[in-house]
This record gives sequence, structure tokens and C-alpha cells, in this order.
Amino acid sequence: MALKIPAALLDQLRRHGEQTYPYECCGVLVGEFDSAGRKTVKAVVPCGNTRTDSPQNRYHIDPSELVRIQREAMLAGSDIAGFYHSHPDHPAQWSVTDLAEAHWTGCSYVITSVENGRAVLTNSFQLQDQVKDKDFENEVIEVSN
Amino acid sequence: MPIKVLIPTPLRPYAGNQSIIEVNAQTVGEALTALVAQHPDLRRHLFSEDGKLSSFVNVYLNDEDIRYLSKDATPVKETDTIAIVPSVAGGR
Repeated sequence: MALKIPAALLDQLRRHGEQTYPYECCGVLVGEFDSAGRKTVKAVVPCGNTRTDSPQNRYHIDPSELVRIQREAMLAGSDIAGFYHSHPDHPAQWSVTDLAEAHWTGCSYVITSVENGRAVLTNSFQLQDQVKDKDFENEVIEVSN
Repeated sequence: MPIKVLIPTPLRPYAGNQSIIEVNAQTVGEALTALVAQHPDLRRHLFSEDGKLSSFVNVYLNDEDIRYLSKDATPVKETDTIAIVPSVAGGR
């Protein structure tokens, strides 16, 4: 699996993680799926983190924002292709919580580690719908100009 | 009356790969029932085993969460759109 994203958009989502540090940022990746299920990101839509009770290690996107983004993406001929969030002072690796709370099968979940306020690593994982249990699969990020 | 239901990307494989499905319904509950009748594979992705809407599935009528309207009994008009959006959350 692969996630194609222009460098400027990758930079945008990484900067978002720096802006919200030491709290987690989150947002939506709007893009297109090809016939093989590969995704190309066309826009990054920053969202607010509603988990004000624990924003340093949890995120949640207001579903009303998702409804609006989904509607606007579909009107533009695109789709929600994935999501992103940051891990402040923590590796860019999905957590048990990330998997438990992930429900968008086939979509990308992009995670950026932010250490001391600076974005370090960004990784992507595609949510797979296994027969009994869902799982994350490592995904290559292909950066374009 | 016919009403449109927007299907999110993860559920399209269970809905004939369609992004918008039209169903006949007078309420949101009837619309979801009709949707699952058309596409039975959607059932396990929308409802828990006790038949209730799964906690991580949000259903909106236009811009309103049906939990804050009349839930399943929320009446619909032909110009309305129902959107299904699984929740997005997590953290380290």
C-alpha cells in the first residue's frame, strides 16, 4: 500500500503537530483512491481536538466536522482518504488506543512524532479489515513535488 | 419518500461501492433499515449484536447528530441527506 502526498501538504500536517505541541493535533486527508486502493492526498484539513480532558495523549475529531469535510470532498469529486495526528514526545507508531478507535477501513492513519516541539518522523498505516479483527498495515509515504 | 444516504469510504465495499444510496423512508430509522435491507453486509458495520447503532457510528441528518434530534424516529424530508460517519479518535 502507498500514500502519495505532495511535499507541501506533508509539511503542513507536520507543522500542525508542532503548533499544537505538547498536545496532539488531528485532521483529515482528502484525496482520491485509484482502482488498486492507493491514495493520493489532494488537501489536508486541520481539525480541532475535542479531547480537552487529555489533549497531550488523546485526540478526537468532532463528527460534525467529518460530516462537513466528507460532504465538501464528495462535491469536489474527492473522498476522505485518511487522517493524521501527532504523538508529542512519543514514537510515530500506532498505539493500542489508535487501533481500538480506528474504524475507517482502507484509509490511511498518518502519525507524526513531535519531540520537544519539533516534528521528527512521520509514518502512515492503513487500517485493514481482517476476518475477525482489524489491524494496521505499514504503508509507504510517496512524497511528490 | 426517497432520501439520500451518504456512504463513507470504508463502508462502500459493503454497499456495492456506491457513495450515495437512495432509500424510501419517513424517518431516519426507516432509512437505515431500508439501507441494510438493500445491502445486508452493512449490518455488522453499523449495528451491534443487539441491533442498536454501534457507539462509534455517527448518523447525521444534514448537519445535526440524530442523537440530539429524535434518534431513529427523526422524520426526514425529500431534500434531506443522511450522512454516516464512523468516529475518528485515538492517541499515544
